[in-house]
Amino acid sequence: MKNPKIIVIGNGMVGYKFCEKIKSKSPASHLIVFGEEPRRAYDRVHLSEYFNGKTAEDLSLSTENWYQENNIELFLNTRVTKIDRFDKTVSASNGLDYPYDILVFATGSGAFVPSIPGIEKEGVFVYRTLEDLDLIRDYAKTANTAAVIGGGLLGLEAAKALIDLGIKETSIVEFAPRLMPRQIDAAGSEMLKSKLGELRLKIHLNKNTTSIDGAEHITGLTFSDNTSIQIDMLVISAGIKPKDELAKACGIDIGARGGIIVDKNMQTNDPSIFAIGECALYEGMIYGLIAPGYEMAEVLASNLLDGKKAFTGFDMSTKLKLIGIDVASFGDNFITEPDCRTITFENKHKGIYKRINISNDGQYLLGGILIGDATAYNLLLQTSNNKMILSENPEDLILGNRDGNEGSSGAAITNLPDTALICSCEGVTKGDICSVVADGSCENIDDLKTCTKAGTGCGGCLPMVKDLMNDTLKSQGKYIRNVICEHFNYSRQELFDLIHIHELKSYDAVLDTLGKNDGCEVCKPLVSSLLASLWNEMILKKGNDVAQDSNDRFLANIQKGGSYSVVPRIPGGEITPEKLIVIGEVGKKYNLYTKITGGQRIDLFGAHLNDLPFIWEELIAAGFESGHAYGKGLRTVKSCVGSTWCRFGLHDSVSFAIRIEERYRGIRAPHKFKSAVSGCIRECAEAQSKDFGIIATEKGWNLYVCGNGGSKPQHAILLATDLDSDTCIKYIDRFLMFYIRTADPLTRTATWLNKMEGGIDYLRNVVVNDSLAMGVIWEQEMEKLISSYQCEWKEAVENPSIRRRFSHFVNAPEEKDPTIEFVEMRGQKRTTEWK
Amino acid sequence: MTESPNDWLAACRIEDAVENGGVCVKNGEDQIALFYFTRRNEWFATQNECPHRKQMALSRGMLGSLTDEPKIACPFHKKTFSLRTGECLNGDECAIKTYPVKVENGTVYIGTKANF
Ligand code: SRM
Ligand SMILES: Cc1cc2nc3c(=O)[nH]c(=O)nc-3n(C[C@H](O)[C@H](O)[C@H](O)COP(=O)(O)OP(=O)(O)OC[C@H]3O[C@@H](n4cnc5c(N)ncnc54)[C@H](O)[C@@H]3O)c2cc1C
Ligand code: SF4
Ligand code: FES
Repeated sequence: MKNPKIIVIGNGMVGYKFCEKIKSKSPASHLIVFGEEPRRAYDRVHLSEYFNGKTAEDLSLSTENWYQENNIELFLNTRVTKIDRFDKTVSASNGLDYPYDILVFATGSGAFVPSIPGIEKEGVFVYRTLEDLDLIRDYAKTANTAAVIGGGLLGLEAAKALIDLGIKETSIVEFAPRLMPRQIDAAGSEMLKSKLGELRLKIHLNKNTTSIDGAEHITGLTFSDNTSIQIDMLVISAGIKPKDELAKACGIDIGARGGIIVDKNMQTNDPSIFAIGECALYEGMIYGLIAPGYEMAEVLASNLLDGKKAFTGFDMSTKLKLIGIDVASFGDNFITEPDCRTITFENKHKGIYKRINISNDGQYLLGGILIGDATAYNLLLQTSNNKMILSENPEDLILGNRDGNEGSSGAAITNLPDTALICSCEGVTKGDICSVVADGSCENIDDLKTCTKAGTGCGGCLPMVKDLMNDTLKSQGKYIRNVICEHFNYSRQELFDLIHIHELKSYDAVLDTLGKNDGCEVCKPLVSSLLASLWNEMILKKGNDVAQDSNDRFLANIQKGGSYSVVPRIPGGEITPEKLIVIGEVGKKYNLYTKITGGQRIDLFGAHLNDLPFIWEELIAAGFESGHAYGKGLRTVKSCVGSTWCRFGLHDSVSFAIRIEERYRGIRAPHKFKSAVSGCIRECAEAQSKDFGIIATEKGWNLYVCGNGGSKPQHAILLATDLDSDTCIKYIDRFLMFYIRTADPLTRTATWLNKMEGGIDYLRNVVVNDSLAMGVIWEQEMEKLISSYQCEWKEAVENPSIRRRFSHFVNAPEEKDPTIEFVEMRGQKRTTEWK
Repeated sequence: MTESPNDWLAACRIEDAVENGGVCVKNGEDQIALFYFTRRNEWFATQNECPHRKQMALSRGMLGSLTDEPKIACPFHKKTFSLRTGECLNGDECAIKTYPVKVENGTVYIGTKANF
């Protein structure tokens, strides 16, 4: 048939995708679309983001004029009410009939609503369309407690949405003995349950709801075990029900439990009628996920246009996008011994559970479950889908690599075949991605998204797409450049070298020589930090003050409300009683809140901008200097008391900590860095959590590097053992200069090492064996930085042109900001909350 | 910038302003941020309060441009605002007020009736 009239019933995700595919293959095709919802097709997968500020338009899958531009007749707010298969027409709710040659059902599904007595009460909702969400949002304003019936993928998402809407107490009611019964096992469910508890979600398992209580509106639920809970609103998420009534009424074959029966070409028992998406039943299965729906759209579109594609089932692997908790399952997740070998890993403390199922011969990964940490999901999914041969130690797949070397588990992306499906939503393979990168058409992730559509569906594959892109670029010998912003077409490292070569000393000079336009809040602090790392000049001179982040510009951290904190350096944490008294007196005089910090020193909070120079003047007079708590540079070198007092101490850790802190104070780096020295392996100074940490041994010092506390803690790794003090310092000099020269902006040493090819072995080779022959140069550069150190605050207080910037009003320099307010707490002051 | 009737506040001398940066000007109970964008040879004035968390902070922010649009980034969470229109360039916050500026005989004046 030449250019048949195609009618699509349903303008949901899959219906839309079908139109897009047809039109891209054959722009002249004749398409009519009916959608009963009032809006153009939108991204249902990310529906919950509607509660986090996305608008209906943001979620829309197409631009407003897309249908018109592509010559598609779109009827919104219009239901198809009847089909006449004999005349080949459909009747729509607008009262008109339309003839078709090909009819496509893309009617999706609705929420399955069990027939519980009381289900009609006010305050009971389903979670499927934007209109549902509007209703929920309005009702939630008056509700304090809520429940979700259904502890599956969607139920959990709905529960999270209720929390985000401000409901104080939300429960999940699940009929089965565990959560997400289709995806995870009992052990995984336990772990998930305790994690959800932390989100203030109450979980009720094994509960069969027998009635929804209340007069007009819901007040509670009663269960078959005669227990009950009180709630103000309820969301039903007990599964989906394919929309097949229309098909059924015109005599199309329907499955016993619903769904329009289709074959591998998506054809129903009527050769002119097809079904795709969540309304279609293929081999007894409804696929309630978007990727198989898109695949069905692709199969049908290419078959109608003489292609030959077949739908052969689809992998039901999923990753839950509940913010904060990773949950994923892939492949054959429930297969058990003796049909396979199962390896599990559990860390109750961190809330991590992982399970992988391996073929009995140990060769293949069959499937698995990940809770709490699903970073390996994409790679595991690929390993299983592509039947990649596993290494001898398949447990490395979930335990990560314990000896610090990469790639021994056989699960690296480089090993994937070109046919590996990377983006299952859009059907993009590894080959597709690598080839457009290799032929130069795409060099960044945005280009890749536009050109291959990879990552534009659920977005779950993006990390892997990025890795593939970088890998391909690298294998071509292309240097991967992270350019800074629209004003500088260079990476941090390139800029570092260029500023060095051109001997540029001010932000303006750098912008004039190497950049364009006016700069911005991204490149200004970055360039300032490079200038500081290179020349170690007073950071507020040469007009560089305005190119500093606010904290650097005013040499103090800005606090909620607009006041500042004052942190004098207390090397090694050692301080005399006299100095303690000075801090106390300054605190009293300027009405400051005082606190011992986590870094063994004292922070004074709540200073007015105008008072900062006066406060520092007094501190400096008493022998204090800036603690650089505001800058990206050395923070503290903590120490334990060591051999001078401690009965276990091997060496004098305090003296060494002070020597190190005074050596590196004031040096600027890509991020802040911290250190500590412990007098013995009991490690009271926590040196192994620092960017570089030192522990005394019988014979000298052990040096550890690249540790980190913070949001992603990581232990430092042993770099060298039994060093004498001078060698230890020499290694630290080299280590720091290497870091300062090569790390990306705002990258701590731990992250820098994680990204370093060759890892700790490479780093050790560079620092200890001097494999780059840079050792002497770096030591000299470090010596230069150290000899040009001066206390920034001393300079700021003594230099009138800098000092006068520390006032709030230019036209009333004596007056402090009157809007800063404090309240009293435990005998000191604190800031007021955000307004 | 119009010279229509406005109440001109003598804010400061040119040399008191910060090159490529901002100062805060007291206007009765009000606070106005005054920016001397030397690189572009332009003056701008906006409300000092950042609408994001209501912090009196924009004068301590960082100047910059987005393609050709001059902007100011708040020091607290780096929301950025157009200095020409006051519009928030990260989309989510409400716009800030802007004021006309003129310089006469080395004195910088701010028209205290805001442009909207
Ligand atoms: C004051 C203090 C908390 C306290 O009362 O104890 C503190 C306060 C702040 N920390 Fe911290 N951190 C303090 C010890 C720590 C520690 C513990 C330590 O150093 O032993 C850590 C974890 C260890 C680590 O860094 O590896 C720590 C990890 C962070 C992080 C996360 C860093 C990371 O790489 O993940 C940030 C965020 C950042 O720097 O980007 C941060 C950022 C901040 C900032 C600067 C946030 C800000 O921009 O306003 C806070 C400034 C307060 C102020 O105005 O002075 N703070 N912070 C501690 C000051 C120590 C000092 O004497 O200088
Ligand atoms: C909250 C939520 C989260 C989800 N998260 C994920 C996820 O993380 N990953 C994932 O893979 N999937 C997820 N899904 C599932 C995914 O959204 C669906 O698989 C997908 O939307 C199915 O597309 P469809 O076009 O088949 O159905 P739908 O998108 O439901 O579209 C069908 C359309 O047809 C219309 N229609 C029905 N009958 C008629 C008629 N007679 N006349 C006119 N129009 C009609 C309907 O109103 C509807 O607009 C989620 C779903 C929800 C609700
Ligand atoms: S842990 Fe967070 S809240 Fe506490 S001081 Fe550090 S940055 Fe501030
Ligand atoms: S207060 Fe200005 S960005 Fe948050």
